Parts: sequence; structure tokens; C-alpha cells
Amino acid sequence: MSVRRLAKDQPPSFAFSAEATEQAQGWVAKFPQGRAQSAVIPVLWLVQKQEGWVPEPALRVVAELLAMPVIRVLEIVTFYTMFQLSPVGTVAHVQLCGTTPCMLRGANALKTVLDQRIGHRGPASPDGRFSWEEVECMGACANAPMVAINDYYYEDLTVESLNGLLDELAGGKTPPPGSSIGRTGCAPQGGPLSLTDPALYDGSRAKTSKLPNAPEKVGAL
Amino acid sequence: MIGMLEDKDRIFTNLYGLHDWRLEGAKARGVWNGTVEMLSYSPEWVCDQIKASGLRGRGGAGFATGLKWTFMPKQESERPHYLVVNADESEPGTCKDREIMRGDPHRLIEGCLVAAYAIRAHDCFIYIRGEYVLERERLEAALLEAYAAKLIGKDNIHGWDCNIRVTHGGGAYICGDEMALLESLEGKKGQPRLKPPFPAGAGVYGCPTTVNNVESIAVAPEILRRGAEWFAGFGRPKNTGTKLMSASGHVNKPCVVEEAMSIPLRQLIDEHFGGVRGGWGNLKAVIPGGSSVRMIPAEEAEVALMDFDDLAARKSGLGTAAMIVMDKDCDIVAAIARLSYFYKHESCGQCTPCREGTGWMWRIMERMVTGEAEPKEIDMLLDVASQVEGHTICGLGDAAAWPIQGLFRHFRPEIEARIANYRSRRANFAGATLIAAE
Repeated sequence: MSVRRLAKDQPPSFAFSAEATEQAQGWVAKFPQGRAQSAVIPVLWLVQKQEGWVPEPALRVVAELLAMPVIRVLEIVTFYTMFQLSPVGTVAHVQLCGTTPCMLRGANALKTVLDQRIGHRGPASPDGRFSWEEVECMGACANAPMVAINDYYYEDLTVESLNGLLDELAGGKTPPPGSSIGRTGCAPQGGPLSLTDPALYDGSRAKTSKLPNAPEKVGAL
Repeated sequence: MIGMLEDKDRIFTNLYGLHDWRLEGAKARGVWNGTVEMLSYSPEWVCDQIKASGLRGRGGAGFATGLKWTFMPKQESERPHYLVVNADESEPGTCKDREIMRGDPHRLIEGCLVAAYAIRAHDCFIYIRGEYVLERERLEAALLEAYAAKLIGKDNIHGWDCNIRVTHGGGAYICGDEMALLESLEGKKGQPRLKPPFPAGAGVYGCPTTVNNVESIAVAPEILRRGAEWFAGFGRPKNTGTKLMSASGHVNKPCVVEEAMSIPLRQLIDEHFGGVRGGWGNLKAVIPGGSSVRMIPAEEAEVALMDFDDLAARKSGLGTAAMIVMDKDCDIVAAIARLSYFYKHESCGQCTPCREGTGWMWRIMERMVTGEAEPKEIDMLLDVASQVEGHTICGLGDAAAWPIQGLFRHFRPEIEARIANYRSRRANFAGATLIAAE
């Protein structure tokens, strides 16, 4: 478990933007009548997208929207580690995966880079533009090591390419997500060794044919 | 040809995202082909075919998928049936469902429809982990296409109303456990429920629910299309089919690949993953199934087969078939200590043995890394591990204990030597007094 507390300094109020209100209602509508609580994680995520983090007044707004006690919303934000309980960097919040598969491929060296360039993990850098944290497995292990910057994955990193990414971000650019060594998705470096048969992609698979093992008598429901 | 599986037998043909993932591209690759006919037969027929194919759940536990589907009530009552797809892929080492969702989302959607039909459900939730933002966007776009083409939804061309929705989590590994996932889906903390009742009796909102892994669901339509015998023709008995396998760590070309079950582990590493860094002789150990199984040392990796039963016989497990390869240059104790930290971080805090035990295990493991632990702490650590294992509601306690048990099973002398070495360099330990006296 990790200890997570709300930040000391909180804004006085919170209100959803018009767009976020619509999206929140869309989430509520996804779930059966009377089950609005199911939407709590996605709706809190909308809060975080709007504010960059989850301030305390937002918990009350969300609780009212979803007709649930405020304490249950507090429980959610402190339990789920994706929710930022204090402000993060305005330009970039870097989440470095430090779990074993990434560690084996050099995540510790990336940690040093972030430590030197952004500062101690957790709080944002003095100018408030960058922050970083170490997170647990992000599920991109075949492309390790990786960081997630503002939701998107940057994979196959080295000290140089991470430095390059941070330079670009500092310069106001948004580098394209994905592999930094030119791999396509999870394909092996140098190009795929399987799925190379052109017959898979010539449309022959789309020709309808009778299913094998079809029952003799067509069963009704 | 490399590996054991030919391209024509691969199911996930857009695994690498080189082709169009949209509806048109997916249809050209054979998705949504013959689905109308599949749903014209009875749900029992679908379940029987999946049973005959020998498909075992691809999320790690390896429970027979067809059998799981038959646990659902045969008649619909006032409580609706639900299908929940577990896309909360968070197991360290594992990155296969992600490739399905961003490369072949329509295969998953088609699978949802077929599985929902088989368990007589009209509602389906896909619970994707919160960090997979790109994957979620893609899945949502694919769903919109499928709704627009009337492939799913109300009054669709398949004649089985099926409402499929994507929702997401908040970065909690524990929500990959089906009971925790259901709690999270209801908007609560992801603390696993006690079983029984099992989800098929009372799952999400107290209604009959089936929870399946993304890969298990996504292969189902292809099994029906090509026949159960085709799928059962790969691998050894009871370990049939094709499977997405991946490697991370010290291989030359880490990647994800679809291979036949029961492929020799060494062949998989050598042919698909470019071999171990520094050659096979440099291999130290492999964790074959995501982090939550015991490791196997190089001698056993040489002869192991990638399937449920062979790896279980080696006191390990297939898990998600996502291997973490460690070579002789790496600090294997530090690698396992980092996993211990992971489990400590991800414990939900509900059961005392896990909440406290994972912290204890991590702290002792950190001392093992430097060698400053007491020699007797090795047995203490294993004792704690055995007291966590099997004494928790969900499998996280077991998963935290197994990597440590695997480490000491195979590399105990190495850690003892590390402790002795640490002590020999410090005069204040009893063993070092002789040196001091000289």
C-alpha cells in the first residue's frame, strides 16, 4: 500500500467545464440506472484532465454528481494511484516505470537523468513546468524502458533519447509517442520475423465459407 | 520459418500495428467473417466448441474458458447477465492485451459479441487499465464503428442485442483480480470480494457475470471459424492452442509474438527474441510467466516447454507467458527485491498477511541485496513468505511470495555468500574478529 494524503494547499472551489460536464454525463449514461457510482473513476479522471490534478473541492462536486458520499470519493482518490493529489508540472508530468522489466533494461539510469534535470521526484520543479514520479509496471515491457509523459508512452529509451525528449518538451514541442529507436509497436527491432506472409492481407481471409462443425439441426434459442 | 507456428495459423494478424486497425482493414483480415452464422446456432454449441478446443484462460490462471461460460444460468431472469472483459493488464512483464486492443480492436469486439451470446448476456463491459489511454481511445473508436455498422448494439445484424462499453481503472494492479475488478467497476476501492459467491452467481451489481481475459475473448470467434480441432492441434494435450508470448529483460530483441503452446522455451528465445544477451551461456534465470511465478534457472530453461503443465511441474507457471529473462551480468537479488517492492506497493491492504507481509518481505529483501542481512533472516523471510502464501483472499499474497521462494530455491548459496562477503569486510561482526586480532 502507499500512503496518500490530500495536499495542504487547496483551491477554494471547483467547477466542471461545459465540455467535461457533457463527458461526465456520458460516463454516467454508460452504466445502468441507479449505478452512477460506477462512473466515479472516469469522472475523477476528467477532473484530473481539466485541472492537472485532483483538488479537494472537486471531490464534493463529483460526490454530488454521482449521488454518493464524499468519503467514498476520497477513498477512491487515495486508493487509485493514477490520481495526482497535488499539482504536477504544467508542461510535462513524467511517469517513469521502475519495475523489474524496465529496471533490467536501464530504468535506473533514466531515474538519474530525471533527478538531475527535474529534481527530486514528487513535487514539481521550481518553475512548476516539470515533475516526475516513479510508477509501477505500465504494461509496455517488450518496449522497456519507458516513460509516460502526459498520458502517452515513450518507449525503448536511452539516457540520450530521454534527454532529447525533455529538451523538446522544454522547447514547447510535443514529441510523437512511441518507440525512440524506430520500432513499430511491439515488433522486434529490425522488423517483424513473423506475420510476413502476404496471403494474410490479400483479403482471402474475408471470403465467407461455411463454419466447420456446424450442428446438423439449426438450434433455436 | 522460425518458431513452430506458420503465419497462416496466426490469429492476431495485426499484432505489430503495421496494417489498418479500423473496421475495413479488420474485415479484410477476416474479422466479422461468418459471425452471423456463429450466432445462428445455439449458445450451447458455442460453449461446446470452445470446450472442445481446449482453450484455457489466457489471463494467467489457465481455467478452461468454455467450462467457465457454462457456469452461467441457462435461463435469463430479472437479473441481467453481464460479460466483463478484464483488460487491466498490469502484471510486470506482460504487454500482450495492449497489442490486441491497439492493433486488432475489432477482433476483441467480435469476441465480446460471441462470448456474450454464449453466456446469454446483453451487456458487456471492457475494463481497461487507466494508463492505457491510447489503447482506450482506439477501442472506443472501433466500438463506434461497430455500432455505426450495426454489428453490435440494439437490433444489430447478428440478431443478438449486445451493448458493449469501455470503462477504465485508476492504476491499481489489484484490479486485475476478477473480484477486485468487479468492485472497481461498481465504483469502489479495488479490494477483492470473498468467493463464494462466484461471479457466475453474483458478480457485478449482484448479477450473473463472467470475467474473461482479453486474449481468451479475442480468440473465441477464430476458433469457431476454423474449428475446434484446428485450435486443439497446437501444443500438448490440455495445453492447446496458440498464445501471445513476449520477452523482456536481457534478450537481444524483446517483442511480442504469437506462437504455438508447448514451444520449447529455448527455441522461443533463440528464434523469436534474438537470443539471450551475450549468448545462451550467459543466461542466469527466466521468470516465464509474468512476475508472479517462480523463476527457473538456466539448466531448466534449456528443456522447459512453454505450457501450463510443464512449467507447473517445474514449480513455476505459464502465467501470461510473458517471460522476464535475466542474464549473468544482472543482480538477480535486486531484480526480485524490486518485485517485492511492487507487491508491497500494490497490496490493497485488506488482508493482514499481505498488507504487512509484503512490506516485511520487501525490507528483508533490500537487506539481502546489500548483504547486510543476518544469515538467519533467510529462513525468516521464507517463513514469512509461506505464511503470506495461501492466507489471503486473492492471489496477490501468493504472487508476492512466489518470486522470493523461486529465488531462494535456486540461488540460496549465492545470497549466503553475499552476506558472508559483506561481513568479512566489516570488523564489527563476530566472524571478522579473527582478522581484527591479527
